[in-house]
Amino acid sequence: MSRRVPWTLIVLVLALTIPWFGSRYYTFLSTQIAILSLFAVSYNLLLGTTGLVSFGHAAYFGLGAYATGLLMKELQTPFLLALLAGGLLPAAFAALFGYFCVRLTKIYFSMLTLAFAQIVWAICFQWNEVTGGDQGISAIPYPELGWMSAIPGLGGFGTGDRFYIACLVLVILGIWILQRITNSPFGRMLTTIRENPERASFIGIDVRRYELAAFVISGGFAGMSGGLFGIFNRGVFADFMFWPKSAEVLIMTILGGMNHFWGPVVGTVLMVVLNQQITSYTEYWPLVLGTILLVLLFAFPGGLMGALEAGTKRLRGQKTGGGDA
Amino acid sequence: MLDIDNVTKTFSGFTAVSGVSLTVDKQQIAAVIGPNGAGKSTFFNLITGHLTPDTGAIRLNGRDITGIAPHKICGAGMGRSFQRTNIFPKLTVFENVQAAYLAHRGKGGNFWSAAERFYRAETEALLTSIGLWEQRESIGGIMSYGAQKQLELGLALASDPTLLLLDEPTAGMSAAETHDAIRLLERIAGERELTLLFTEHDMEVVFSIAQKIAVLHQGRKIAEGTPAEVRADPEVRRIYLGHH
Repeated sequence: MSRRVPWTLIVLVLALTIPWFGSRYYTFLSTQIAILSLFAVSYNLLLGTTGLVSFGHAAYFGLGAYATGLLMKELQTPFLLALLAGGLLPAAFAALFGYFCVRLTKIYFSMLTLAFAQIVWAICFQWNEVTGGDQGISAIPYPELGWMSAIPGLGGFGTGDRFYIACLVLVILGIWILQRITNSPFGRMLTTIRENPERASFIGIDVRRYELAAFVISGGFAGMSGGLFGIFNRGVFADFMFWPKSAEVLIMTILGGMNHFWGPVVGTVLMVVLNQQITSYTEYWPLVLGTILLVLLFAFPGGLMGALEAGTKRLRGQKTGGGDA
Repeated sequence: MLDIDNVTKTFSGFTAVSGVSLTVDKQQIAAVIGPNGAGKSTFFNLITGHLTPDTGAIRLNGRDITGIAPHKICGAGMGRSFQRTNIFPKLTVFENVQAAYLAHRGKGGNFWSAAERFYRAETEALLTSIGLWEQRESIGGIMSYGAQKQLELGLALASDPTLLLLDEPTAGMSAAETHDAIRLLERIAGERELTLLFTEHDMEVVFSIAQKIAVLHQGRKIAEGTPAEVRADPEVRRIYLGHH
């Protein structure tokens, strides 16, 4: 038996060292990757674990961004409190919308999630008094993280570096909680619903209730990711909840591999990096990005993690096969 | 045990099940037979809660279960298998049965512990008793048809049912598989003191294990009784057994 390599830990430690070794540009990219990873992992609780395709997940991301942003800017609410609210408000909306969505199945479910998301987007786009309408909310303050410089080694960090460290810690915490949930008995029930809803109901599972619970949890964590993103972006705009954002998280998740817990994180890294690289080379970046995504999706139908898993399995198979001979 | 009282189900003008009553006693093995389109599947779905009867009532152990949701009926002590094999195809055999234990014993609200640690002993015992322990690591969906049927029985048994409903338990099986499946069912029913109600088109199977047989034809019950009585019934012979 080969010992398991603690990949997760290695990646985390490497991620933590980026502000020391990388330039500000890499810290910037890494912050974006960390925040969107939480979004994608929260989304995959629905897609990969429960088998529900939401076309409107950006709504909860955006609602969280507005809640956190407004609280921090207008009411000077402490960062963590504002972030918590950025999770609770979208969770409440997810409960309301989800109540109706889980009554439908398959494509009808997806269309209703999209419809609700577009309604929320339209309201936020128009409601000048609160959301700033098409102007959005700008100049959201960075959280007060000056205390970090007291920690040995972090003294030389700028605001962006400190915010990155805070994001990384919070995102890890969020993803860890989502992983516990995925592997819990509750998560196993969600898996049976994905596999076979009819059978699931006849081993005693109230399918709709479980789907709704997954929807609410997923929406809440998407909201917290949005809250972080609003601060990172120094502003919140209705664009955050427009449908292409929902498509983006779907693509990232599928690209990385929805059948693997870390798939969405891999997809996020790839998407953000590709986006940045191609944008700097050509103005036709959506065309190039689209082509690359298309090729990747056809080449790796199980996502990158799916391909990786199949690859290592084959390698191991060859190794043990050679040993037997 | 199971008391079905005068149930009717109509689909946009077509009466699939019409005023059927049936009583199954504790630990009895009962079968519902009838030609294709006789209303067997509809009748079954009425009992399991997947359909709600237009009129009539269904009682399980004295409790009215008419029209309540499948997951609640499952909790009331009814296990079922489906005509088309119905398992969790991408989970292993072990995970399939373990999930059924988790669901039935109300652990689904646990968000925090590792699911894989629960009910390992129960799952092992059940898999051993249905002869699937050796295949516990296999992915459910890629096993042989007979093995999937066995697993499905395991899923039903994990909810500790007192009544087991089996929709065509040997459909699509070879003669040898059918033989094994029936022996397994008989043994499990005996060990667990189960009441069985099943539909079946294989007459040999029906007459070999059923103690009571109800015959449906065009949505109506045309005969009911012991295998000998049903075999002797002139109407049954005319419309049904005459084909054989």
